[in-house]
Amino acid sequence: MMLELLFMEQWSPYMAGICIGVLSWFAFLLSDKPIGCSTAFTRTSGMIERLFRGSKVNEKPYYKEFTPTVDWEWMLVLGVVIGAFISSSLSGVFQLQWVPSTWAATFGNSLSLRLLVALIGGILLGFGARWAGGCTSGHGISGTLQLAVSSWIAFICFFAGGLAAAFFIFNILGG
Amino acid sequence: MLKSLHENKKVQLIIGLVLGIFFGFFLQKGGVTNYNIIIGQLILTDFTVFKVMLSAVIVGMLGVYLLRSLGFAQLHLKQGSIGSTVIGGLIFGVGFAVLGYCPGTAAGAVGQGSLDALFGGVVGMLIGTGLFAAMYPKLQRKILNKGYFGDVTFPQLLKVNPWVVVITFAILLTAFLFWMENIGL
Repeated sequence: MMLELLFMEQWSPYMAGICIGVLSWFAFLLSDKPIGCSTAFTRTSGMIERLFRGSKVNEKPYYKEFTPTVDWEWMLVLGVVIGAFISSSLSGVFQLQWVPSTWAATFGNSLSLRLLVALIGGILLGFGARWAGGCTSGHGISGTLQLAVSSWIAFICFFAGGLAAAFFIFNILGG
Repeated sequence: MLKSLHENKKVQLIIGLVLGIFFGFFLQKGGVTNYNIIIGQLILTDFTVFKVMLSAVIVGMLGVYLLRSLGFAQLHLKQGSIGSTVIGGLIFGVGFAVLGYCPGTAAGAVGQGSLDALFGGVVGMLIGTGLFAAMYPKLQRKILNKGYFGDVTFPQLLKVNPWVVVITFAILLTAFLFWMENIGL
């Protein structure tokens, strides 16, 4: 039974959610930290910039707050890549894919179009996450579960912006 | 004992990696590292993302507040303001729909072989966070502190024992999930 779960393609969303909730207990207990993802991208961005511009990058006010180093959250995000790889390999759904099917059904199979749009989306996502001080993990799960007012407002704004933009993309541009 | 564990930097890096592996595993098994499922949520044809997030919040909230009441954990709240939380949240939301992943699920999507999440999403996020770092001093002066309300929680706002809010939220969110199932979402 337990072994079968490892090989299943998809779990009940409630079971996955409950497991993530339990995982958050361990993050608080063992690491005294809430689970979050977006600062890892900030730190990596700083590390890359430092390769080109040297240590003066460390003096930027934002990188004084979020030093460009490998920290707990950076390792967590690396772990997410590994964990999803293990999960998808066990169930056999791991597949190298450039254009997701929902996108292709509306906008076609063009690789360059999908990559361009994904790049723009990624830029907005990284920019917006740091602007808001957190992402769907840090605000959306960890902040809301702590009953922070800021995180519930962020959660609502994430989905307000997301629903409006998705409606525009798929029902107006794609419709 | 917990304090010395928290202060051991090397061990913390390993714990971070292990927790991340579980997180990625659960996200992938939940289906939320899949572009189609995330977009399905945003166009309201698939409610998997809400179901995963809300059940994580209910269970996480009960456990974290229990750990806190027992003295094993403390809260780590984020500061909020209209200028930062609302505007940043809306920009993030648009990026969420345009990319079709969020930062954590993009990392998970990379792990399951989605190359648009890697070459579009991750590269874009590195550019976006770098841009933010470059613009931070100016944004900080002009926008981020507008309408500042700090790291207040609902129990503080309502001036009640945290457990009143925890139990109420747990019941309301569970009822909401049951309602979604009942109407067939």
